[in-house]
Amino acid sequence: MTRAPWPAMARLTARRALYAVPVLLVVTFGVFAVAAASPFDPVKAYAGTAALGADQDTLDRLRENLGVDRPFTARWWDWLTSALGGDLGLSTVMRRPVAEVIGERLVWSTLLCAVAFAVAVLLGTVLGVLAARRPGSLLDRAVTSLAYSLEAAPVFWIALLAVWLFALELDVLPAGGLTDTGSDRVTAGQVTSHLILPAGVLAVSQLPWFTLYVRQGVGDALAEDPVRGARARGLSERTVLLGHALRSGLLPVLTLIGSRVPELITGALLVESVFSWPGIAAATVEAATAVDFPLLAALTTLATAAVLAGNLLADLLYGLIDPRVKLNEM
Amino acid sequence: MADVTAVQAWRSHGATRRSTHTLRLRVSAALIAVTVLAVLLVPPLVRLDQQAVDLAAKLLPPSWAHPFGTDDLGRDLLLRCVYGLRVSLLVGVVAAFTATLIGTAVGATAGALGGWADRTVMRLVDTLSSVPHLLLGIFVVAMFRPGVWPVVISVALTHWLSTARIVRAEVLSLRSRPHIDAAVSGGASRWRVTVRHLLPGVLPQAGLAAVLMVPHAMWHESALSFLGLGLPTHTASLGTLIQGARGSLLAGQWWPTLFPGLFLIIPTLAVAGLAGVWRERINPRRRSELML
Repeated sequence: MTRAPWPAMARLTARRALYAVPVLLVVTFGVFAVAAASPFDPVKAYAGTAALGADQDTLDRLRENLGVDRPFTARWWDWLTSALGGDLGLSTVMRRPVAEVIGERLVWSTLLCAVAFAVAVLLGTVLGVLAARRPGSLLDRAVTSLAYSLEAAPVFWIALLAVWLFALELDVLPAGGLTDTGSDRVTAGQVTSHLILPAGVLAVSQLPWFTLYVRQGVGDALAEDPVRGARARGLSERTVLLGHALRSGLLPVLTLIGSRVPELITGALLVESVFSWPGIAAATVEAATAVDFPLLAALTTLATAAVLAGNLLADLLYGLIDPRVKLNEM
Repeated sequence: MADVTAVQAWRSHGATRRSTHTLRLRVSAALIAVTVLAVLLVPPLVRLDQQAVDLAAKLLPPSWAHPFGTDDLGRDLLLRCVYGLRVSLLVGVVAAFTATLIGTAVGATAGALGGWADRTVMRLVDTLSSVPHLLLGIFVVAMFRPGVWPVVISVALTHWLSTARIVRAEVLSLRSRPHIDAAVSGGASRWRVTVRHLLPGVLPQAGLAAVLMVPHAMWHESALSFLGLGLPTHTASLGTLIQGARGSLLAGQWWPTLFPGLFLIIPTLAVAGLAGVWRERINPRRRSELML
């Protein structure tokens, strides 16, 4: 590999960061606009059941105190300026600062997603290469149909069946949570045993996509001239498959890894709520159920930022791996 | 000699390919037909109440009397699943149709106008697609309170983006065709060219996108309902069925969870199978092209 194009990569990152600013502005503005158009009332959400008995004067004063009597554009601007200073408001359901809630939950979500993603990539590559080696063979058909069926299966349904099988019938893994009930200390061993099931299910939900794309990429590469040349030179099948076909076939797949962030977030949303995993995605569902606007707004913004970062990562990886790609043109 | 066997191998391979095609086409079409017929015919024809509670028969495993077993209130799960599929399919079709309508309107307008309007609209589409679909859906449903219409709106609002891209690309490629040039030089207005010449050209693509979107919209509905943010519990959709079965699952009864999920997988696979066959017909060279 030639020297990594650091200056070009830095320029691309800077350009994308500039592009992210208007995107995040529009998304947060949209979030405030939707909230303003909805029947959701921040005062009632803040006061909870106390709002039922309160007279109109108290509610009006509360409305003024919370600053929600002003137009949503002004509230959006206030939120934005204080968000830049790290203050994302107060979560109404958790009764704590939003930044604090996100901060402590982000670790667990990142752990879950990273493990699941790594497993999916590794297993997907292996299965994809095995299937591509002999197109139309029994193995290929089995892998392909399994992949399509798994792709069609809702991830929360797989998660529930996995809970039933591994936690109830076989009783080998815990059904959910981060630690055993009754234990208030978080130890590495407990986290590992509680991580296996959710990470496994999340990996299985991401697996079909990788498998099919690797199969496609390697299968196409096997029909190309460099591979034919390698075969003609008498290289072993193993070298041809892993050294030539996999290398050029994996390339397009690697670049798509970054663009899978939305699917990963979607999967994590469902998996975390099935397994009561104390991550950010489960917090999103809680926030939505309780109509916790400050938390929801922050999480939507965070997810958008994650998607943009994923896209950037994809382009950087592509430029790093494929010397033909000009980062300056992206 | 070697050539002859090669040709024979190629021929027989082609024949198998064609026969598996026909098989896949038939199986997919049959599954879709059965699904649609069951959803349309069972409620008016079968005089059984899906809500009929029979506590003496609660949580029975699958048997001849109840092929899918019964739930925690003794209701027949096969019947519940058919009714659930009906609701899910209806929500899916309406949402997919709405999303396609929005996507076609936006895409065609952007493609037909071109210039800065096109750039602005497509930038907006890019921006919106940076938000994960389910998260945006959850946000909309949370703000507008769960219910049938918020679910339809949230699915439609998050799914028109890809259709808009497809339609715009199609319009752009159509714009350079001779018959459009002819219409323009014949003095047809921009509106007339768009409605009479461009839109009919993009309809097949938009239609295919709509059909492909139905299973996805069903998935979306069931995910929202499963999270407790979708349809109300008394409206049995496949998502609410799976959600409602969580208690029984933790008590060891797997059937109330398993069957509604299978009912979600079948239409998805059938539609994907049909789309695959259709694409191979159009472009046989890329027969292994993915359809994710």
